[in-house]
Amino acid sequence: MRTAGERSAGGQIAGAATRASASGGRAFDPLAVREDFPILRQKVYGKPLVYLDNAATTHKPRVVIEAIERFYENDNSNIHRGLHALSERATAAFEAARDTVRRTLNAADLREIVFTRGTTEAINLVAQSFARPRLRPGDEIVISTLEHHSNIVPWQMVCEATGARLRVIPIGEAGELDMKAYEALLGPRTRLVAIVHVSNALGTINPVERVIEAAHARGIPVLLDGAQAVAHMKVDVRALDCDFYAFSGHKVYGPTGIGVLYGKVEHLEAMPPYQGGGDMIASVTFEKTTWNRLPYKFEAGTPHIAGGIGLAAALDYLDRLGLEGRAAHEQDLLVRATAALRAIPRVRIIGTAPAKASVLSFVIDGIHPHDIGTILDRDGIAIRAGHHCTQPLMDRFGVPATARASFALYNTRDEVDALAKGVARVIEVFS
Amino acid sequence: MSELGDLYQEVILDHNKRPRNFRALPGADHRAVGHNPLCGDRMTIYLKLDGDVVTEVTFEGSGCAISKASASMMTESIKGKTRAQVEALFKKFHGLVTGEPPASGADLGKLVVFSGVSEFPVRVKCATLAWHTLRAALEERTEAVSTE
Repeated sequence: MRTAGERSAGGQIAGAATRASASGGRAFDPLAVREDFPILRQKVYGKPLVYLDNAATTHKPRVVIEAIERFYENDNSNIHRGLHALSERATAAFEAARDTVRRTLNAADLREIVFTRGTTEAINLVAQSFARPRLRPGDEIVISTLEHHSNIVPWQMVCEATGARLRVIPIGEAGELDMKAYEALLGPRTRLVAIVHVSNALGTINPVERVIEAAHARGIPVLLDGAQAVAHMKVDVRALDCDFYAFSGHKVYGPTGIGVLYGKVEHLEAMPPYQGGGDMIASVTFEKTTWNRLPYKFEAGTPHIAGGIGLAAALDYLDRLGLEGRAAHEQDLLVRATAALRAIPRVRIIGTAPAKASVLSFVIDGIHPHDIGTILDRDGIAIRAGHHCTQPLMDRFGVPATARASFALYNTRDEVDALAKGVARVIEVFS
Repeated sequence: MSELGDLYQEVILDHNKRPRNFRALPGADHRAVGHNPLCGDRMTIYLKLDGDVVTEVTFEGSGCAISKASASMMTESIKGKTRAQVEALFKKFHGLVTGEPPASGADLGKLVVFSGVSEFPVRVKCATLAWHTLRAALEERTEAVSTE
């Protein structure tokens, strides 16, 4: 193991990201990266923590923790209204964070970046403010079998309220979208396609370019649920030409409670506000209230200021690390883990699409995922066992639940091997 | 591994592998569905009573080793008992899996193998799902009981 961050001349702790950029992007070194994540140093039940639940939430590098601490120690203040120095600094930092998000997504305009509590709130915002006012009885919204409950239930709610119908794209045995069926579902009544970019339960990377192209050819707007995508790949909303894109801070090494909705400015301009309150208004009288300009129209109330700043610190950190090295590392872990688990009799991998992010769902014949989770936990190995908020997807594969290991940039080959050993031990306990 | 050994005792593993009374019960006069929304597990309990006495009890569903073994062993231990005896047994069992000091009263018998559950607080719901569902069946509650 490397020693903790080296002291630079200025006395600052230099994280792996700084070292990598200083060296002009040398080979990705997960052991150096691990030093940036204080939480990974601990033991659980006397065993080194092997954290493989990154699709649920990722850990935070020191730069993120410090950015939040710095904000509360130095700049804490409310934004967009104070005339004093602290409020000016807080406002500047929060708006700078918005610009970092804009750059990350390659959005053209700051007005297109709305801060939300997370992906779920972003999708609900689009459901209530974009879809609901436009939907008439018999209209249709298209989603897929792969969706997380947060990209199912908001649409069911607007369908219930408007008489619209939900149509679901089927998937194949590998967990890949049935593109033929998708195109057949697009019709004159389709008002929106809302689809996951990367499946949280299976890791499938959807061919979103083709999804968008087919929808746009018929004039249908597309929302992408990017909760699992941004941590693993470059997302360019202009190249994709998606109409809406949603993601969460805590799945990209940032804080919980902060997320982002990207929306094309022409859509956002045409939409009514989602929530009413402070900050989202231009003027209020008891007779008539006018809305603030974008994006503030959609940010009622004091936002999660420190969260936005922490998210920007996380995105900057990922940017400094570079995408190529960490993406290749994550794929290496996925390939190694897939091969290791495949080699164990009674283990079946659920989700074998050719294009996958580093998510590995599996079941063991005759052993419930909860028992797998409990036994691995006592080995210090944290995985997720359950339905992953994708019950219709579990039904599709005829299982009540799966065990899921999901890898992040700080995971190592040794940890993959520990997982495989742990799974073998689970089978031993139940033999 | 010792705590794991306490949780997954031989008897529990055996009941998981070969659950007893694991079937529907045609002509059951009481029935209830239990649900653990956290894991999606579902269980149905079927009962036949003669007056106040449980004469037959079976179960169906999917679940982890703890919930399946708990249901299986519960069916064995309540057959022939009165409602009051079942209720007393449930109270004692609940105390056992939540780590409360042993109370006097009903004899847990074989059910003591579930004492290891108290070291795994997130698994208490697995061990008690069958019992909560049984109570719902006895009370003839029609809505599915939930562990949440």
